[in-house]
Amino acid sequence: MNKMILGRYIPGDSPIHRLDPRTKLLVTFYYIAIVFLANNWQSYLFVGVVTLAIIPLAQVSWRFFIRGLMPILFLIIFTVLLQVFFTTGGHVYWHWGWLTISSLGLTNAVFIFLRLVLIIFMSTLLTLTTPSLSLADAVESLLKPLRTVHFPVTEVALMLSIALRFVPTLMDQTTKTMNAQRARGVDFGSGGLIKQVKSIVPLFIPLFVSAFSMADDLATAMEARGYNDGNHRTRYRVLRYGRGDVMAAGVMAVLTAGLVLLRK
Amino acid sequence: MDITFDHVSYTYQAGTPMAGIGLDDVSLRIRGGDYTAIIGHTGSGKSTLLQHLNALLKPSAGTVTIGDRVITSDTSNKNLKPLRQKVGMVFQFAESQLFESSVERDVAFGPQNFGVPAAEALALAKKSVAQVGLPETVLAKSPFDLSGGQMRRVAIAGVLAMQPEILVLDEPTAGLDPAGRRDMMQLFAKLHADGQTIVLVTHQMDDVADYADRVLVMDQGKLVKSGTPQDVFQDADWLTAHQLGLPHTASFALKLQARGFKFAHLPQTEGELIAALRTQLGGADHE
Repeated sequence: MNKMILGRYIPGDSPIHRLDPRTKLLVTFYYIAIVFLANNWQSYLFVGVVTLAIIPLAQVSWRFFIRGLMPILFLIIFTVLLQVFFTTGGHVYWHWGWLTISSLGLTNAVFIFLRLVLIIFMSTLLTLTTPSLSLADAVESLLKPLRTVHFPVTEVALMLSIALRFVPTLMDQTTKTMNAQRARGVDFGSGGLIKQVKSIVPLFIPLFVSAFSMADDLATAMEARGYNDGNHRTRYRVLRYGRGDVMAAGVMAVLTAGLVLLRK
Repeated sequence: MDITFDHVSYTYQAGTPMAGIGLDDVSLRIRGGDYTAIIGHTGSGKSTLLQHLNALLKPSAGTVTIGDRVITSDTSNKNLKPLRQKVGMVFQFAESQLFESSVERDVAFGPQNFGVPAAEALALAKKSVAQVGLPETVLAKSPFDLSGGQMRRVAIAGVLAMQPEILVLDEPTAGLDPAGRRDMMQLFAKLHADGQTIVLVTHQMDDVADYADRVLVMDQGKLVKSGTPQDVFQDADWLTAHQLGLPHTASFALKLQARGFKFAHLPQTEGELIAALRTQLGGADHE
């Protein structure tokens, strides 16, 4: 459980941490889109250097970024191998049946690899420097225009914050229940498939029971404090763009310009 | 069966900025047959210590010896199951571990996991449910139809049915009403009288004074004191400094002391207090 990078916020007070969460969210999405502009060595080098220059600003150890890669390592390797063996074109180095290693295949593989790694680094940067509740605030703020078409923005944002808020609680509960059942002789993650599926039951039923009772308690607590669907609620955490956000936008503009100029 | 800790340390989330000390160089011995209480304020490492007793956690450094099994940081996670049977653990709010369709099946779940045949496990379930003072009629009920206190008893029965050599209890009376608490503590006292080794984590100093043979005091992951309740509860100032209190009897005696009564040792239980007061009040013997 500890290795889950998603929602793994590392507290800090770096320039990246201080950015408005809306900026970070938008910039991350924008970055993911424009990485696809890169299509030659020069442009990849450029976007790579810019990214590697941004990351240290967060003052978070590189280890966390590398660890962020681990969950999808398999996907990366798989994609790279597909590219290596199935792209044809350029000089052919090796050939066997329908498998070919060609110069174009190798270049493409390297590009895809770089693209995936860069995208993951950037999204890891977002999750490492932004508390999940701030992200929910950002989503709410960005969805506001949808109110005009009667989309329940506040409710959706509340659901999102509650869901995020309960992730650690449920994980905690999972660990506790697993320990309690282990103490009663359950072996999680051993034995055949049937046995493993069976060992899930003593874990899931208590989890569901406690999740429902927590939801019930939360609803009562919210009603007791006068919560209503609230279209005109004021906020405790007010989001405000600052100088850093302008600079972030500037960096993205430079990145875009550079990529457009350098790409073939 | 004894449990021995030899210079045991445990670090949470080692290697990250969130790393925290759970246990810091703890050496202790829990003797078979004893009723050992572990006290300490919240976050002092009690629960971490408990999870080492049946190898749910393995020490980062040092060795834990449970019976004849030695657990170090290198011990493999395989074959720990026999330990889990020997050291039965009742967690805080144990009622949240119930999941079966009937009380009987839930209580029989533990023994069945340890290879007890179904019929025998059901017999054990019946016996344990009676032991925790529940009527036989609950056996067929769904555990979710019971009251909170009854569910707690069912969960405890579920651990008793495993016939553990050592029974570990993590704040078993938290959230129970006074009558429920008293009944439960008497149940454990009875089990202990029948030869059951008991380890109890509690915030109730009265329970420690009334029932425990030995007390271990934890603070900031360290074992800061161990001894009999009489030893540990002598020094009120030291206890306050460690965010702990005295049993009611002892603090009452302390107030009497301020008014001129004299006690060679602070009495811990009502019986001791009465005996000490009787001589000093010098009243006529009413017996």
